[in-house]
Amino acid sequence: MANNIRMKAEHVDFYYGSNQTLKDITLDIYDHAVTAIIGPSGCGKSTFIRLLNRMNELVPNSKLEGVISIDGESIVAEHMDPVDLRRKVGMVFQKPNPFPKSIFENIAYGLKVNGQKDKGLIEQRVILSLKKAALWDEVKDRLHDSALRLSGGQQQRLCIARCLAIEPEVILFDEPCASLDPISTSKVEALILELKKDYTIVIVTHNMQQAARVSDFTGFFYMGELIEFDKTEVIFTRPKDKRTEDYITGRFG
Amino acid sequence: MKKPKRLKITETLGFLTLRLCMACVAMILIVIFYDIITKGAGVISWDFLTKPPVDGMTKGGIFPAIVGTFFTTIITALLSVPLGMGCAIYLNEYAKDDGLTRFIRMSIRNLSGVPSIVYGLFGVALFVEACHFGTSILAAGSTLGLMTLPLTITASEEALKTVPRAYREGSLALGATKWQAIWTNVLPYAVPGMLTGTILGLSRAAGETAPILFTGAAFFLPDIPNSILSQFMALPYHLYIMSTQHHNIELVRPIAYGTALVLIVLIFSMNLMAIIIRYHLRKKGIAHG
Repeated sequence: MANNIRMKAEHVDFYYGSNQTLKDITLDIYDHAVTAIIGPSGCGKSTFIRLLNRMNELVPNSKLEGVISIDGESIVAEHMDPVDLRRKVGMVFQKPNPFPKSIFENIAYGLKVNGQKDKGLIEQRVILSLKKAALWDEVKDRLHDSALRLSGGQQQRLCIARCLAIEPEVILFDEPCASLDPISTSKVEALILELKKDYTIVIVTHNMQQAARVSDFTGFFYMGELIEFDKTEVIFTRPKDKRTEDYITGRFG
Repeated sequence: MKKPKRLKITETLGFLTLRLCMACVAMILIVIFYDIITKGAGVISWDFLTKPPVDGMTKGGIFPAIVGTFFTTIITALLSVPLGMGCAIYLNEYAKDDGLTRFIRMSIRNLSGVPSIVYGLFGVALFVEACHFGTSILAAGSTLGLMTLPLTITASEEALKTVPRAYREGSLALGATKWQAIWTNVLPYAVPGMLTGTILGLSRAAGETAPILFTGAAFFLPDIPNSILSQFMALPYHLYIMSTQHHNIELVRPIAYGTALVLIVLIFSMNLMAIIIRYHLRKKGIAHG
């Protein structure tokens, strides 16, 4: 696989107050590939992914050291507005978080806050996003119903559609299937594989089978450190580190 | 099997005690209502509501007091609603959780414990004297506005806290600015709760006597006020006069009860309005509280 590097973390340390939650993380995220971040609870994997679109800045008393860059530019560079960054680097959260609006309005929301006023274009984009998120057939007759009436799996795909609508280049998935049933999970996984063609994807998961199924690269985090990073097949067949091996064979975690 | 039986008795006793507490509170309310309605309903008539007092306030109505309370409450709302909501939004959404913010929050909580008469004196110093409002609707309404501020701020902050963090994060992650996230995805869901708290605060202000005592309320005025810089009659103050200061208290007792009834009905309708607003918005699926 000869992918270009899209995002890069170099010697990243992260602190909540005096508590260091990430230690010296260096990691490349490749274009048009799925990068999975695995590790036991509390290993810092969610913290890491939230650094990539600067969502961590909402947490008081946090401090970032080291460099995270996208296309060679630091994401905290002076001219890099977090708002612009988040348009480029979209995010799907662990718990589906549809807004208490209609299905249509949920997806139009991102376009509207980004200044899109053309109603025809918004409608086009809503339909396209729903189709891309494989939700269109299920909701096309009730676009103006409340999004809260959808099932959990549908809600998560709605959140993916919402993210797609603003045409990001990188999509971050923070344990997207953690609260979903197996059938919804497989739908979301199929979707991620499909999206890989057009987007750069980073997914945090504590489900190792999921990482093996959907990702091209895998990083194993343990206690705030990146223990090992390699192609997924390498990580799962011949890991170099003992701790990685113990984790993927289920000896702890 | 001795222990379970004892537990059961404790359970029954505990439940009974709690129920008694509730009954006591309900009884107090019912007794007050019964007393005021039976003694006050007799004097209520169209004239009572629409005519000024006559014959040394032994006859006539309470129209000027109703008007005075109405306009004072509007001034109170104009001051405390925007200021209180704005302050709550700042504290909850923007302020860093540092020593200064905690100090501000503590001050606000403490302000709600300041006796209303102290607000009255402060109102004299600030609005009547320093701002040259004189004793007027404007001065009294502003004083009441200050008094209700802590309540408005606290209630609005609580309402903001009920909006899930996921709404803010979801919005920001879609490239919204912080203000866009607050305006489009937090406030719409917090406003019902904010309104409810605010109206409850206003209804309390409408019934206050001490803060308006030196800032604008008048003993007796033959006419309704013609500007917000006029003195005014107010229901709670009128009630106070009729019950303690009038030259013939026994004679005007029914009028005092009638005034009390009007005041209580006014305050209850404001509270009812708060409940209706919340119910209405909750039905639309956007209120949380």
